[in-house]
Amino acid sequence: MLLPAVFAASFALAQASADKTAADKRRSGYQDMGAALQKMQDDDTANPGMLFVQLGQQLWAKPAGAANKACADCHSLADMKGVAARYPAMAKDGDKPIDLEGRVRLCRTVNQQAEPLAPESRELLSLAAFVANQSRGLPIAPPDDPRLAPFRAQGAAIYQRRQGQLNLSCAICHDDNAGKKLAGVTIPEAHPTGYPLYRLEWQALGSLKRRLRNCLIGIRAEAYPSDAVEYVALEIYLMDRARGMVFESPGVRP
Amino acid sequence: MTQVLINAPKTAKKGEVIELKALILHPMETGFRPGTNGRLIPRNIIERFAASWNGNEIFRMEFSPAIAANPFVSFFAVATEGGKITFRWTGDEGFAVEESVAIDVA
Repeated sequence: MLLPAVFAASFALAQASADKTAADKRRSGYQDMGAALQKMQDDDTANPGMLFVQLGQQLWAKPAGAANKACADCHSLADMKGVAARYPAMAKDGDKPIDLEGRVRLCRTVNQQAEPLAPESRELLSLAAFVANQSRGLPIAPPDDPRLAPFRAQGAAIYQRRQGQLNLSCAICHDDNAGKKLAGVTIPEAHPTGYPLYRLEWQALGSLKRRLRNCLIGIRAEAYPSDAVEYVALEIYLMDRARGMVFESPGVRP
Repeated sequence: MTQVLINAPKTAKKGEVIELKALILHPMETGFRPGTNGRLIPRNIIERFAASWNGNEIFRMEFSPAIAANPFVSFFAVATEGGKITFRWTGDEGFAVEESVAIDVA
């Protein structure tokens, strides 16, 4: 006699989750991957990104620079929870926004007084991945800082602007044609849910900046210099566009 | 700093077939790619991977340049006795890494 009740309950649950997906139709790139890759990302001993998280954990505790301080000497791990889900943010007493890698680099030179970490270097990405991993499972929550608004608007404008020899904008692929195929690959909706992430094509961990540069080269546009504010503006816009989606770093993507 | 991730059960029943998985950070440079200066980047790969159970070899594999960076190996073994499973990677440029996990077999 219990069965109908159980069935009704599970039906109600299924309805509730169906309503939720009906309200939010956004898809993370994770949902467009095959089952094997999803499994690879979910298993912490098969996800190659976890190698870098582990490396980042060691670097986190290692003193560096003239200050001879480790990241762990100032920051507790509990404080790092949620940080990656709200970056990019304004630099303290700065006039420019910085992304997570930028924040790590700033801490490195200003607080640790150490040699700056090269962009896209293994050390920088590992530290960023370790910090990002602390936010895994949390919703993406960009800050409501009014100083970010002009940069978000700049990012939105770049996203809509046609550029490059192929004369494409980000929106043409990732809004108008998302879910369709480009050379046999499903075009994702461009939600930055898993960065820094391990891309099998790169055979390495890479930042969102690298992904953006990759796309720019793909549409045969001139990529911005590595410290250009345009990248961070795009990151701010994309994170705002993905607000509320689950943060899953280190992601795995084909 | 060498990074290794191993997935092996901590306990197993005698005679049970268990899956062992090992992932290691390594560039697996093929030796066929030119660098930015136009010269070939020297080959740097893992040549051999071997696993032993209490000192007895249970699995051996030879790697080739066609294997991607950060190689992931998964294989099966029959749990016969409790003890130590040792994984060993050796390769170019004197690369040698050993990692062990303990297992209880009841």
